[in-house]
Amino acid sequence: MTATQTPPAPAPETTAAGSPLKSAAVRALGNSAAGPLAALAIAIAVFALSTDTFFTIDNGSLIVQQFLVVGTLALGQTLIILTAGIDLANAAIMVLGTLVIARLGQHTLPAGVALVVGILLCTAIGGLAGAFVTRLRLPPFIVTLGVLSVLTAVSQLFAGGESFSVPPGLLTFLGERSYLFGRIEVTYGMGVMLVLGLGLWFLLTQTSWGRSVYAVGDDEEAARLTGINTRRTLLSVYVLAGFVYAIGAWQALGRIPNADPNAFQTGNLDSITAVVIGGTSLFGGRGGIPGTVLGALVVTVLSNGLTQAGIDSLYQQVATGILVITAVAVDRVVRRRAA
Amino acid sequence: MTGLTLLVTGCTSTKSGGSGGGSQSGGKVTVGLVTKTNSNPYFVKLRDSAKAEADKRGAKLIPLAGKFDGDNQGQVDAINNLVAQNVAGILITPSNSSGVLGAIKAARAKGIVVIALDTATEPADAVDATIATDNTAAGVSQGKYVKAALGKRKPALVMLDGTPGSTVNTQRHSGFLKGFGLKDGSPGIKGTAVTNGDQTKAQTAMENLYQRDRDVNSVYTLNEPAAAGASEALGGKKSVVIGSIDGSCAGVRNVRSGKFAATVMQFPKKMAQLGVDAVIDYAKDKKKPSGFIDTGSQLITDKPQPGLESKDTAWGLKNCWG
Repeated sequence: MTATQTPPAPAPETTAAGSPLKSAAVRALGNSAAGPLAALAIAIAVFALSTDTFFTIDNGSLIVQQFLVVGTLALGQTLIILTAGIDLANAAIMVLGTLVIARLGQHTLPAGVALVVGILLCTAIGGLAGAFVTRLRLPPFIVTLGVLSVLTAVSQLFAGGESFSVPPGLLTFLGERSYLFGRIEVTYGMGVMLVLGLGLWFLLTQTSWGRSVYAVGDDEEAARLTGINTRRTLLSVYVLAGFVYAIGAWQALGRIPNADPNAFQTGNLDSITAVVIGGTSLFGGRGGIPGTVLGALVVTVLSNGLTQAGIDSLYQQVATGILVITAVAVDRVVRRRAA
Repeated sequence: MTGLTLLVTGCTSTKSGGSGGGSQSGGKVTVGLVTKTNSNPYFVKLRDSAKAEADKRGAKLIPLAGKFDGDNQGQVDAINNLVAQNVAGILITPSNSSGVLGAIKAARAKGIVVIALDTATEPADAVDATIATDNTAAGVSQGKYVKAALGKRKPALVMLDGTPGSTVNTQRHSGFLKGFGLKDGSPGIKGTAVTNGDQTKAQTAMENLYQRDRDVNSVYTLNEPAAAGASEALGGKKSVVIGSIDGSCAGVRNVRSGKFAATVMQFPKKMAQLGVDAVIDYAKDKKKPSGFIDTGSQLITDKPQPGLESKDTAWGLKNCWG
């Protein structure tokens, strides 16, 4: 309908013929990713010029490692925000996942089984939240606020004031480091993130399911009238998001082989920050995976670079907050112009 | 246990005061406990010890907590709640040295004895007594140890702080610097970061600060999760001396395995026992405790430094708090 829409409103395969490379690239990345890409480029340039240590291979790898957990949370959050919802419970789902996986993997079960149990649990919790949203027509904000409250307490009860260390092996696999070309430090978690991001991007932009998600987010009633099963679409989004948070739990165990009920207390807000900076509209229907990945990178780069520039961490929060408001203001202006 | 009871009575003044209030519930003395959170293992241990002591002496413990470290409102609500339940005394680990003073004053006006556990209030006489680790002194021994372990190397220190504004954070930080022989802003301090005592945040902060300055050779950490994050960030680089504080069993194990050079142990169990005993004694014979009762701290390391009294990790594992 509008030039600023990220989703392939008309089926891409029909326009692909003769389309120049540039427009293919723009379509792949999405227009809404242009803002965060610019912010990222500016931040990198500023830190590269102002510190000696930022623009190095080691630091690049470090930034990606620091980005993985919140980046994964933000991917799931993107799905939900695209449907004009919001997920306040994502970090709580993930933390419960880490506790269950760690606890079961410690004593009771083989690591692989513990991991599968954790993944199923997180996915089921996502589905349960989705069921409340779709069946009872409750606002996502309320449902996920409730889930957040319940799961925070459940995690504390489950952990009983302890934190669980994770035996090395499959459960910490995503944090294991390897070297490319002898000097670029990479973790298996980066590979998993890449696959996850590409998979979600493919689903959202190249399948009819993805088009339904955008349509429901843009205008649920209109989507329903065009024959989309809006309830099933919404429910599938919450289930898939729960699965993504489970992968986040696995990433978290790779980064810190210790599951703590008090960890990631600001993970929900951090992921919303990344999604918003990434240009996905809080009003639904616009934005996507590339923007979110860039948004999460912007947040991580800011924290990394400002620390290296010797800026107090409280000022880092100020900078991030200003960026969020700017991003939403830009979204609002774009939306008004499009209307 | 009588030894501990004697210790408390030894430290209490004999003046009797207050109107007493309704301190009996079905004939049982009720003791209120308000911790900073009910999730941090340290406070869980404190609560469990208080419960055990209350059970042993035939009293009833009502444990409440704030929702997170720094939740003054939650603690004020908890105090009001306990006052309404007619407790004989309230043991509180104030999140913030001054945030809960109004509620404490109201409780004391009703004849309830209020004892600060673990963390002092500001001013200290806002409560009847304080039973705590001297956090400044604990910080000093942490700082002295890290300095001594550096030997002749020029200090290049990173400070991983807790939550800005919290009393414990301030006392440990300044105690450490005093023991280490540096001042805030000295060139020897290569960086500071707010970690909220969270391992994830500490790891990220340490990675970034170490990326900025590879010469870092010593790390102050507010607590053991922060130290674990620092150790992870440094990839087990043994030349960096990490000093920590708390004395949890996980922390002592990290000292044993060489991840941290040393930790300074606190004794929450002792705090809880002394606190519960003091409230029960007050309910029975109106003797109010007063002043600062130091439960002590102990440097734990397997690499002792000359001139610094310390215990090894074997002792530490026997006395750690979970």
